[in-house]
Amino acid sequence: MSSDQPFITDESQVVTETRDARMTGQGDRFNSRLREAFGSSPFILTKFDKFLNWCRGSSMFMLQFGIACCSIEMMHTYAVKHDLDRFGSGVPRASPRQADVMIVPGTIVSKFAPRMKRVYDQMPEPKFVVGMGSCTISGGPFQEGYNVIKGAEEVVPIDIHVPGCPPRPEALVYGVVKLQERVANGEAAPVTVKPYELEQFSNLERDELVDKLTDQIDDDELVMRYNFADSP
Amino acid sequence: MSLERPDTTDDAAIERTPDELEALLGDLVVARDDHLNAPGFVIRPDTVQETLRTLKQQAGYDHLSVVSAQEYENRYESIYHLKKYDDPTQEVSVVVPADKDDPVSETAEPVFRTADWHEREAYDLIGVEYEGHPDLRRILLPETWQGHPLSMDYDKDRPQIATLPEHANPLEDHHRDEESDTMFLNIGPHHPATHGVLHLKTVLDGEQVIDVEPDIGYLHRSEEQMAQSGTYRHQIMPYPDRWDYISAGLLNEWAYARAAEDLADIEVPEYAQVIRTMGAEMCRIAAHMLALATFALDINGDFTATFMYAINDRERVQNLLEDLTGQRLMFNYFRLGGVVWDLPEDREAFFSNTRDFLDQLPESVEEYHNLITSNEIFQMRTIDTGILPPEVAKNYGATGPVARGSGVDYDLRRDDPYGYYDELDWDVATEDGCDNFSRLLVRMREVEESAKIIEQCVDLLEDWPEDERNIQANVPRTLRPDDDAEIYRAVEGAKGELGIYIRSDGTDEPARFKIRSPCFSNLQTLPEMANGEYIPDVIAALGSLDVVLGEVDR
Repeated sequence: MSSDQPFITDESQVVTETRDARMTGQGDRFNSRLREAFGSSPFILTKFDKFLNWCRGSSMFMLQFGIACCSIEMMHTYAVKHDLDRFGSGVPRASPRQADVMIVPGTIVSKFAPRMKRVYDQMPEPKFVVGMGSCTISGGPFQEGYNVIKGAEEVVPIDIHVPGCPPRPEALVYGVVKLQERVANGEAAPVTVKPYELEQFSNLERDELVDKLTDQIDDDELVMRYNFADSP
Repeated sequence: MSLERPDTTDDAAIERTPDELEALLGDLVVARDDHLNAPGFVIRPDTVQETLRTLKQQAGYDHLSVVSAQEYENRYESIYHLKKYDDPTQEVSVVVPADKDDPVSETAEPVFRTADWHEREAYDLIGVEYEGHPDLRRILLPETWQGHPLSMDYDKDRPQIATLPEHANPLEDHHRDEESDTMFLNIGPHHPATHGVLHLKTVLDGEQVIDVEPDIGYLHRSEEQMAQSGTYRHQIMPYPDRWDYISAGLLNEWAYARAAEDLADIEVPEYAQVIRTMGAEMCRIAAHMLALATFALDINGDFTATFMYAINDRERVQNLLEDLTGQRLMFNYFRLGGVVWDLPEDREAFFSNTRDFLDQLPESVEEYHNLITSNEIFQMRTIDTGILPPEVAKNYGATGPVARGSGVDYDLRRDDPYGYYDELDWDVATEDGCDNFSRLLVRMREVEESAKIIEQCVDLLEDWPEDERNIQANVPRTLRPDDDAEIYRAVEGAKGELGIYIRSDGTDEPARFKIRSPCFSNLQTLPEMANGEYIPDVIAALGSLDVVLGEVDR
């Protein structure tokens, strides 16, 4: 393509020159195999959903969300050496409104579960959750604790579980990349049953405990009721 | 501060024998209940303040380490563990029994400000009520919790309800208080600057903070219950790693190891002590590096570079620790009576890696000084903000770099020696600035001191005769310490005095296991530092306190 001929009317000439310019002289950096396959055509024919999923999977914004021990390894995963950003998913956002993925890095206890649920609710759709560490699977080493929720899945749905106490940064990277793969392939999260939901206090079934608390809690206040006896 | 400084008499520093103390307290003492670490005086529940005041003002016991409460078959009991900042080996326990049916005991808050939170915790978990306490409500569990989980008749399976209070948007007109013109602002529990899940309830007048109340308990993982249901020999040791999880694992393990070894009378071989000392100091470097990294981030987002530098140095230490223990973060390396295995093969490579790390450390420290401490923005934000006078720090039971940044020369490694510290040549870092800057400087100087300690340990280990490398004492497979033995032992963790109180009941599990967390006491000082300052200074003060919520809430 030469600049002294700005208006070329011969279409075939345009096509050849564009292709040649793209395929030669640019070095390997721009001359990908994909580009070769496309030839001169700047268009890709694909399904819109597939394209969007690919976009989603290739650029994920994490929620900056530290809970417990695992958040230290999570910080290491974001930082130098492990650098999650290599995979297009290493930008922690402080606000849930800007985040696609929540990594749950730690033990969930009774006081924190409603807050975590609220943070999850504030994230825009579509949203994904990576459960990091044993605590988010079952409560981990603290499973017997009187105050511990036995797995984050009791509160929010989880797409990928990364086991370990804590998982090494490499393991978390693997988990996140797996999630990206799933998202890019349009695979949905498994349907999970969440026993603990945020509810208005007045909607709770009346029983001894609720009666006892009526003068402490307003009717329209949001609460989470834990039935520890039914927990695994 | 609501307290006038008690005028301690001149003979406060003199060490008194238990009998002299009993004579000093006179009629206040109803019985003796000595612990392994200290004499214990049983007093009536309505004379708590009088007893503690006498001990504080006339005998110089100015450090209330911890209040541990527990329930017996026939009574409740609160124990006030007192020490001296000048000499922490002088200890005394004040035992306050309370009635089984109506457990009421006088509060110690007017004498020791730090008793405020400790008594709230005892009320929350055990159910002892403290008469005259300014604000006796739950601290770790949700306000709507039913029952006291560490009391004897607690049913773990009962349902519970936790609330999520909605706060109106503080910027809306109708939410503003017409009369006082103040604004209520929540910071946390999900907030990047709170270092985890801390919730600060702040009341603002303009941009000035007139009141800040830390709300904790978002990571209360029932650590004490977990320890009470584990056996001494093996099942407790993995948990300390998870109290202060900023790579300070070995320091925490040492706290438990020290208490349990003294309780069961186990002698640790010298070689194992050197390895412990070296590993613990590596942990301290890693912990202080993260403190520095996140503090720099809190001060100014542009310090992300500092964060990356510090994480890089942490990775180096973690590699060494991984070589030593096999783990990056949760080491589980100590055993009662020693460590689990010897230095990694090949030893020479480990030593040379360690030396390489130590060799480049001064350069890194220099780099941090160039990056942050000599940075004008950083200085403007930290110098003369978050002031914590030494008397206030002592009154709140602050320890570690927080106390040393206020000029309180208190370091258990030197003052109450354990491990191999008293054989080595190193200094305690203190600064007199009492501000955020001083606390950071203390941490940075401690990193250099830790490097000195590690270097000496490496020298010792290199020359250690091969047939004397004894890493473990002979410890029975099942440990059953004597019935009703009680002990409180503390070590210098990364954040300060990390103490463990254990009461044994003749079985292989502790009857009561209480963790004295340095962060819990340090965090209590935040209102003193923040009230009257601006919001950014609160964030700076919180960053310089370097709290770990896992250790605050346990």
